[in-house]
Order: sequence, then structure tokens, then C-alpha cells
Amino acid sequence: MIHLTGPMYAAAVILVIAAVTFCTRLAPFVLFSRGETPKIITYLGNALPPAVMAMLVVYCLRSTPILAAPHGVPELLAILTVVALHLWKRNNLISILCGTAVYMFLIQAVF
Amino acid sequence: MKKALKAAFPCTVPIMLGYLSIGIAFGLLFQNAGYNFVWAFGMSVLVYAGAMQFIAVSILTSGLSLIQAAVMTLLVNIRHMFYGLSFLDTFSKMGKAKGYMIFSLTDETYSLLCSIQSPEDVDPKKFLFSVSFLNQCYWVAGSVLGSLLGSFITFDTTGMDFAMTALFIVIFLDQWKAYKTHRPALIGLAASAAVLIAVGPDNMALPAMLLITALLLVFRRPISAKLQSDEDVLTADADTAPAEAAATSADPEVRKEVTL
Repeated sequence: MIHLTGPMYAAAVILVIAAVTFCTRLAPFVLFSRGETPKIITYLGNALPPAVMAMLVVYCLRSTPILAAPHGVPELLAILTVVALHLWKRNNLISILCGTAVYMFLIQAVF
Repeated sequence: MKKALKAAFPCTVPIMLGYLSIGIAFGLLFQNAGYNFVWAFGMSVLVYAGAMQFIAVSILTSGLSLIQAAVMTLLVNIRHMFYGLSFLDTFSKMGKAKGYMIFSLTDETYSLLCSIQSPEDVDPKKFLFSVSFLNQCYWVAGSVLGSLLGSFITFDTTGMDFAMTALFIVIFLDQWKAYKTHRPALIGLAASAAVLIAVGPDNMALPAMLLITALLLVFRRPISAKLQSDEDVLTADADTAPAEAAATSADPEVRKEVTL
């Protein structure tokens, strides 16, 4: 294998990462492009979004230290802020901005 | 196109906040690793994957081989394979923009596209393209900005990335209300939490996606029965209502009428 160094190596790594990332996004379109999409795939396409959203929330919080201080308290309070505001106002922007502001304040100034 | 961009912009503001801040963090990190703004620009244009670009920085600094880089990318980003499933029909009807829509299907763009509906007076194809395109602009701008400003930033951005978490929570709540069955949401929550506890934070994405898919298939009958009305809508009206193709709606009232 050719041994790349310096900028050539960096460029090659970036291109490989770009290509593989694109392939993961392209895969379902290649696999299910011919004719009718199988029913089971349509079903997954419909059922997946709420499940994936739950996964992404957990994924975002995956590195929260629960056993060590501050035990995920800032995260919990910020999440409660987002949920409460969203159930009350149902305005995406207000919920997200206030939740983020609360979180930033908590981890910068309180904990 | 101008009209579509104008209509799309308000929907993308939450992503803008998240992408600008995370992008800046990425730019800073990349600059510190010895790669200037041209590199940050290049990577954000070509790769366009949040978490993966951070990992790319450590791949470059530790000098991993191209094969190792490829395998790592596959493991980190394989969750994206599931995203396209929700947009098979929608994107395939978008003509020239199809390639870009697929390329730009990040976590955040996916969740946004699932939850928005194009305004009536705007071409839905242009609207969706505008959303995806604006999102990448924010990401590219953020990473270049981070790279350029380097250590000159005096504003403490710690915790700003919570905007992403908040965005996912908000969409989760919207979908909770829009769906007639909560089983997919609960499966997602339980499966991800279980996998996180079982395998730890570093490798949770792929096993979590697989477990979720398996459980959704196990419970296909009861979930499908509840989703049935949605699927009818999807096939009948997919062209004019791309946002509904994901069985969600920004406007719960509209959804109610459709599903009842």
C-alpha cells in the first residue's frame, strides 16, 4: 500500500471518511430503488422516526456522568425546562433557546 | 428559490444555533491540531457529519490507516442507513436535488425534515432543499468561523451544544403527540437506554439502532395496525405533503383531521 504523508495523507483520510459517510446515507436508496418499496421497509420508514428521535436524545446524553458529581442534575433540569416549555407554548424556538440557556447557566455558573 | 429559502429559514434557526456552536468547536479543535480554515471548510463541505468530524481530527492526529478510518466511519455513521428509509419516496421525486438531499441527511436535518411541513404557497421540493442547504451552510460557516477565531473567542460557549439535545427532545414531543401509537417512541427510549447501560457510551449507536429495528419488527402487527391510516395518507398524498410522509406534522390539528 502507498504510504501517504502530510497533506496528502490528510486529504486521503478526509476523502475516505466523506465517501463512507455518503455510502451510509445512500444505501437505502440503492437497496430499495427498484420498483415497489417492500411493505416492511415502508413500515420501518414510518415507525422509525419517533424511535430514532428517542435514540438521539439518549445518544446526546450518553456521556452524562450519573454516578459522579453533578450526577446529571444540570441535564435533568434543562430537559425539564425544555419539556415544560414545549408542552406549554409549543414553540420550538422558545423551548430550545430557553433550555440551552438554562443548561449553559447551570454548568458554567452553578455546578 | 428565494421564496423557498425565506420560508425555510425560520424552521432552521434551532439547527443554526446548534450547528454554529458545534461547528465553531470543531473548527477550534481542527485548528489546534494544525489544520487551518481551508481544511475545516473542505471537511465540512465534503464530509458533513458532526460527530464523525470530531473523530476525524483524532484519526488524523494519531495517523490511523485509511482502512481503519473507513471502518471507524462505517461504525459511527451506520445509523444514517436507517434515515433514508423515511424519505425513499420523497427524495426520489426531487429530481436533480435527490443526490444532495441524500448526501446532506445528517441527524439534525433528518429530524427537522421529519417534523416540518412546507407552507402552501411554496414548492415543497424547493422548500426541503432549502432546509437541507441552509443547514449545511450553518455547519460550514461554524467550522470556518471556529477555525479563524481560534483562541480569540472570549465568549464561553460551554454547554451550547445542548441546543441539539433540546432540538431532539422537542421533535420527540411533537411526534409523541402526532403518532397514534407511542410504542415506537417507547421502544426507542428503552432500547437505547438498555444498550447504553450494556455497552457504554462509545459504541452505543449501532447496537441501539439494530435493537430498535428488531423490536419494531417484533411488534410490527400492533404498531402497523395503528399506523395504517398514516400509510394510506402517505401513498395517496406523498407528492404534496412530504412532511407527512414521515407520519408527523408540525400542525397537530391537520394531522388529527387526516388520521381520524
